[in-house]
Amino acid sequence: MRKYIIKRLLQSIVILFFVAFIIYALMRCLPTSYVEAMARQKSMQPGSKSYEEWMEQLTVMYNMDGSIVSGFFRWLGSMLRGDFGDSWRWTVPVLKKFNDTVWLSFVMGLISFIFEVLIAIPLGIIAATKQYSKTDYTISVIALAGISLPTFFFASLLKLVFSVKLGWFDLYGLVGRNYDQLSTFGQLLDKGHHLVLPIITLVVISMGGLMRYTRTNMLEVLNADYIRTARAKGLSEKKVIYHHAFRNTLIPIVTLLGGTLPSLFSGALITETLFGIPGIGFASYYSMIAGDIPFSMFFMVFTAILTLLGNLIADVLYAVVDPRVRIA
Amino acid sequence: MEDLKEKMEPSAEVTENTNAAEESYSLSDDRRVKVLSPGQLVAKRFFRNRLAVTGMVILLAMFIFSFIGGLVSPYGQDEKFYRTDVQAKDFAGIVYNEEFRYTVNDPDLFKSSVHAQTLKAIILGNDKFEYNGINYELEKLSDDAFIVKSGGKVIGTASKELVNSSTQDKLSFDFSLEALKAKTEGENKFNADGKEYTIDGDGVITDKAGTEIAYVSRYIVRAVMADIFFSRELKNQLIDAVESGQDSFEYTDEKGVTAEYKLSYDADNKAWDVKQEIDTKVFDTYSAPSKKHWLGTDRNGMDMLTRLMYGGRISLIIGFIAVFIETIIGVILGGIAGYFGGWIDGLIMRIVDIFYCIPGMPFIIIVGAAMDAANLPSLTRMIYLMLILGVLGWAGVARLVRGQILSLREQEFMTATEACGIAPSRRIFRHLIPNVMPQLIVYMTMGLGSMIITEATLSFLGLGVRFPFASWGNIINDVNDTYVLTNYWFIWIPAGVLLLTTVLAFNIVGDGLRDAFDPKMKR
Repeated sequence: MRKYIIKRLLQSIVILFFVAFIIYALMRCLPTSYVEAMARQKSMQPGSKSYEEWMEQLTVMYNMDGSIVSGFFRWLGSMLRGDFGDSWRWTVPVLKKFNDTVWLSFVMGLISFIFEVLIAIPLGIIAATKQYSKTDYTISVIALAGISLPTFFFASLLKLVFSVKLGWFDLYGLVGRNYDQLSTFGQLLDKGHHLVLPIITLVVISMGGLMRYTRTNMLEVLNADYIRTARAKGLSEKKVIYHHAFRNTLIPIVTLLGGTLPSLFSGALITETLFGIPGIGFASYYSMIAGDIPFSMFFMVFTAILTLLGNLIADVLYAVVDPRVRIA
Repeated sequence: MEDLKEKMEPSAEVTENTNAAEESYSLSDDRRVKVLSPGQLVAKRFFRNRLAVTGMVILLAMFIFSFIGGLVSPYGQDEKFYRTDVQAKDFAGIVYNEEFRYTVNDPDLFKSSVHAQTLKAIILGNDKFEYNGINYELEKLSDDAFIVKSGGKVIGTASKELVNSSTQDKLSFDFSLEALKAKTEGENKFNADGKEYTIDGDGVITDKAGTEIAYVSRYIVRAVMADIFFSRELKNQLIDAVESGQDSFEYTDEKGVTAEYKLSYDADNKAWDVKQEIDTKVFDTYSAPSKKHWLGTDRNGMDMLTRLMYGGRISLIIGFIAVFIETIIGVILGGIAGYFGGWIDGLIMRIVDIFYCIPGMPFIIIVGAAMDAANLPSLTRMIYLMLILGVLGWAGVARLVRGQILSLREQEFMTATEACGIAPSRRIFRHLIPNVMPQLIVYMTMGLGSMIITEATLSFLGLGVRFPFASWGNIINDVNDTYVLTNYWFIWIPAGVLLLTTVLAFNIVGDGLRDAFDPKMKR
């Protein structure tokens, strides 16, 4: 097992190296980079140096001189020393910006993850136990609709209904207008209030997949021989489903959920941007639009690490939860 | 209901032929049973699934809507519509003159400081005054009109009646003076600058030929903009309106433009404000659904329904091409990896790992921002978008194909092809890939749905398809403007519903196809 994990980790490092390089090359190829925009802006100021002079100075300042390859290795070198540089868009160190934003995203992700699990798994099981019934069809269509729903459309609908028509929530932002006058507890409530719509969006968008996955696996388990045995023994249907079948369904589900855990940190790019929630997704979206290389690089490599980690966790969990599976 | 019926049917592979004419065959006769090909079986299973058929019908409707709708629609993709809108603009101000106004003949003697002295003398009732050592005399024409003289010479006038030119020419002082005199004294003729003029009771001054030169009035009509010139007729109308207390009238000027003029009295300035309401041609933006435009018009004054049709076309085409690209790359690389194994497999699968690991959405957003900065034309942009979506997605297909091939190539029929000496390329593409097709088709159908969502999301963020092309995503993009979100549901809800239905239909059909392809699964 340990050998397997080490092998996977080593592979991951190689993969990460290439992923980081591809992303770096892409960022450097941006035709109008942040530096150019900056130089243009600076050269506009009265009594300033010319655009070319600024360009020359800023290119060196932002480590943009030299080829893509050398630039990449310089970035890699400082990254390995734990120095991710300063975000250009947010003008603070990358790690500070990351630390400021990631926890909000994590909390948001965690809450919606919990709701997702609480809603999707029971519904998936009900659908499977009542296969081909009206309930099953309804749940299946809901699940498919959740998968098919474009985030931005659903978010806009929520805004129209709950913010505009009913006036229950603000359209944008994490804090209300009178946030500063509130007590600590009131501030917490205010933030929670602003997170309601984003979390609903996240839950509805993501639960469809889990629901279907649960249903498929439950169906598979229900067709297994040991379920027939359990029924033959004369156990009650309740006991068969919730004791024998459910536990076995949990194997693939736990694996899947374990694999998605790391992604709780990567934020929800579209949802956060739409609702103006200053989480990591929001920060990275504006960094990417502005061509802020240090922050975008950090975010994308971070996401790549989370993906790899998720896959690894899923594979390892699979073996841990299900003793029949051996990995080598 | 449906499941019951299906359970009762004995077997999907062999269907009993109940045709009465063939009942004479013996029980063991082959002709008694109709043998279906695997394709027919799949179709049969698929069409038995009502949900999947519904999805299929929806998809068909979408295709008709998008591809044929554009041809049927009377409007073009980027045809703009106009409406005439009444725009009120500030036009003029009218003041009933209560103050003395001065006309100047000798600017050196009749300076503005002398104006004040003149006013003082008039109020005090003096007929002469001295200022800065110079003597001035006032000659009274009426209570409201005086001639100012100095040393017997006329240097100016002070009057509440004003002589205004009816043409764009300036009036000479002599003319003004004589006109004023004639008006106050009630004469109907006067001579100025060696010419004879007549003046009527309203103060209208005409020359010998009968053309109007000027008029005398206590109303001052001032234009708000320097380029506005009032014809005498319009002025008369305005003054009539003020005098009779009307608050609006219509007037057609010499160019034939009819406009409505609205007057409102401003008590603070003791003046009337005149607003000209003129019909202007403007883009018919955000007009509500009507007979002419079933779903209204959008931000640019284009027909929404037509935009939706063309938008659907582009969304579907982008989805199809992107999925096609990812499938081609995925099948080739996955097929090679799965068939050959060994280091080729290792290499390709590491590349797959790398592509799997690239965060897709951020990557495309950066590319979108780059295309923005490069100012690519809309069509080029769209082509790049398809390529990138396709190239980023092939890893999944490659994994699927490889996994299938790994298990398939161990089966007997592959040993048989090897024994027959069939070339590897033929073995892969003729014998292995067709066996992967079911999973591939399911994957592609589902993939189409998510591809359309990805494209729509990008277009929504303004990084995908660009004007003048429409896509369902960039139609909804307008909702970023909170005013549109709140007030114009017809701009974004139809596009969203179409998007949702299409993607849902693709997923349902994909689901149905999977069930149909995989008889082991159930039924």
